Amino acid sequence: MKFNRRTFVATAGAVLAAPMVQAAAHGMPRVVVVGGGAGGATAARYIAKDSKGEIDVTLIEPSRTYYTCFFSNLYLGGFRELDSLAHTYGTLASEYGINVVHDYAVGVDRDAKTVTLASGASLPYDKLILSPGIDFVDGAVPGWDVSVQNKMPHAFKAGSQTELLKAQVMAMPEGGTFAMIAPPNPYRCPPGPYERVSMVAWQLKQTNPTAKILIVDPKEKFSKQGLFEEGWQKHYGGMIERIGPDFGGNNVSVDADAMTIDIDGSVENVDVCNVIPAMKAGHIAEVAGVTDGNWAPVNPTDMSSKADPDIYVLGDASQQGDMPKSGFSANSQAKVCANAIRGALTESRVFPAKYTNTCWSLIAVDDGVKVGASYEPTEEKIASVEGFVSQTGEDAALRKATYEESVGWYAGITADMFG
Amino acid sequence: MTARTASLTVALVAGFGLAGPAPADDIGDAARGEALFGLCKGCHQVGADASNRIGPILNNIFGRRAATVEGFRYSKAFDRAGSKGLEWHADTLHAFLESPRAIVPGTRMSFRGMDDAQERADLIAYLRTFSASPANYPESDPTARPTDHDLDPAILAIEGDAEYGAYLSSECTTCHQAKGGDEGIPSIVYWPEEDFVVAMHAYKTGSRTHPVMNMVAGRLGEEEIAALAAYFAAPDD
Ligand SMILES: Cc1cc2nc3c(=O)[nH]c(=O)nc-3n(C[C@H](O)[C@H](O)[C@H](O)COP(=O)(O)OP(=O)(O)OC[C@H]3O[C@@H](n4cnc5c(N)ncnc54)[C@H](O)[C@@H]3O)c2cc1C
Repeated sequence: MKFNRRTFVATAGAVLAAPMVQAAAHGMPRVVVVGGGAGGATAARYIAKDSKGEIDVTLIEPSRTYYTCFFSNLYLGGFRELDSLAHTYGTLASEYGINVVHDYAVGVDRDAKTVTLASGASLPYDKLILSPGIDFVDGAVPGWDVSVQNKMPHAFKAGSQTELLKAQVMAMPEGGTFAMIAPPNPYRCPPGPYERVSMVAWQLKQTNPTAKILIVDPKEKFSKQGLFEEGWQKHYGGMIERIGPDFGGNNVSVDADAMTIDIDGSVENVDVCNVIPAMKAGHIAEVAGVTDGNWAPVNPTDMSSKADPDIYVLGDASQQGDMPKSGFSANSQAKVCANAIRGALTESRVFPAKYTNTCWSLIAVDDGVKVGASYEPTEEKIASVEGFVSQTGEDAALRKATYEESVGWYAGITADMFG
Repeated sequence: MTARTASLTVALVAGFGLAGPAPADDIGDAARGEALFGLCKGCHQVGADASNRIGPILNNIFGRRAATVEGFRYSKAFDRAGSKGLEWHADTLHAFLESPRAIVPGTRMSFRGMDDAQERADLIAYLRTFSASPANYPESDPTARPTDHDLDPAILAIEGDAEYGAYLSSECTTCHQAKGGDEGIPSIVYWPEEDFVVAMHAYKTGSRTHPVMNMVAGRLGEEEIAALAAYFAAPDD
């Protein structure tokens, strides 16, 4: 029999009084959420908000301030202040009663159903949500590892890395070269590297117009390619060059001390090198034993792990099917998962899963584009149902409206995550 | 039969009082409203060449936060009302016009108020013509009045399951702020249910176009749209 609190209490109450004591000792059902980003913060907030105190929610997140990756490229372009990307957890604690623990999860005991923290504490759970985002695959770009990330930033986890990358762009010598080593699929935010190139180009156009941008890319094609290439031509003609796999873009190594990159045997000097290595699920997913290869497979109806029905994996770390790894997707998955977990722990109504995603990108001032799709669970995966994408040649008013919409979306999703 | 006897009949038949002034959601008559605006003209201007006078410009008042017209110096009372969240919609305008000092105690506006609900509705309808209206801008502030549509009454009659709507609403709140902010993306909270249903069906059938909304509405069933409308009409319940 599947044990849940409601049937336990009901049976206990009906049969004899003694087990009630046990129920009280066990207390409320407990949900532990690891990672306070797009997936984790949303899930914690929705479970706490909708269960109205019936579920005890703990959120484990090492950072006191979360910097969104979304819109961090706009900071590079000069369209946002860094502070405007910063969010804290106070409202989740004070308004939603979530126990926010600023610590790092280092272990999961699936038999005992506990999570161990770096501080040594151990937290029991009935349901565990992992939304740890991404880590980088070791050795993905020869010559690069986190020990050289100050010389060659990734800026694919936002905050100090983003600030560093911007400082390096601003300090580039006149006519210098900004290089980006783009990641192979799958990675977080498919249009992210190309929006970044657009925003760096925008910045350089103002401050260093003879500078060059070189993209070294292992992929044949990339997200919104036609839209980006049209925009680059229009706004930054001649500034941006991309080397795809045909010309060795998939065979690259770097030397951080020399500030060189080796592309298929030919060595280039660069002034800034943004290395975005291949990605995998945040390490704790592997520690918990719920990964298969680089990612954590989940069931499409509720984001529960295929390896453990009491663990759910959200966002970038999950392998769910057709949804891109985006903040929007993580937020969407979190709400389906929250509804399912509440149902399992308190017998609240469980509604069918529905997922959506839209990713906006800014190419230049007031030149916004978007791509999106709706998704539904099938037997084997989360499958895309229907989608749309901005068109090349759209008029300026529509592009401006699209950008303004993205500003609204940012306000909406961050309120949805942090209250 | 006069309006008076009509409402008396209703009151007698139904056993509860609909007598008194017309309900606040009656459609006003903009032409009559224009004449009534003569009462306001001493202090307020509307239209293309309007500027702030004794009172602020009244263009684009629908959906606007109170005390936010640029370049106008408001009373402390109005600044406070604005920062506490007073926004101008059909319902708040009705209440304010009925008794300005009851809604914003301490306002400098020296107008005593307008008792007749029909007159208020007429005036609001006139002001509406200087704000974005749903006819030409679907995302504009709801009017709290019936809108033109040819939706099957059976669809409008569906009673929404607000709890289901609360779940479904989480798809909306990734972009539309649950607390009603409308920066770049319109607010969808506290819409009258009918307006909500009409708007969503317009997106569903494609008679209003917006790629995200056409996709989202396209896969919502009639029951789901009703559920969302029920939830968003009173999201705090
Ligand atoms: C440059 C860039 C631009 C982007 N733009 C967009 C965009 O416009 N739209 C969009 O939708 N998405 C965008 N994204 C993608 C988006 O940021 C991610 O997809 C999203 O953040 C994923 O959410 P998540 O919950 O999986 O991970 P995250 O949001 O990264 O959250 C993971 C959290 O887990 C914490 N954590 C990790 N390990 C542990 C542990 N062991 N214990 C405790 N805590 C832990 C981390 O500190 C982190 O706060 C962009 C990404 C980048 C890099």
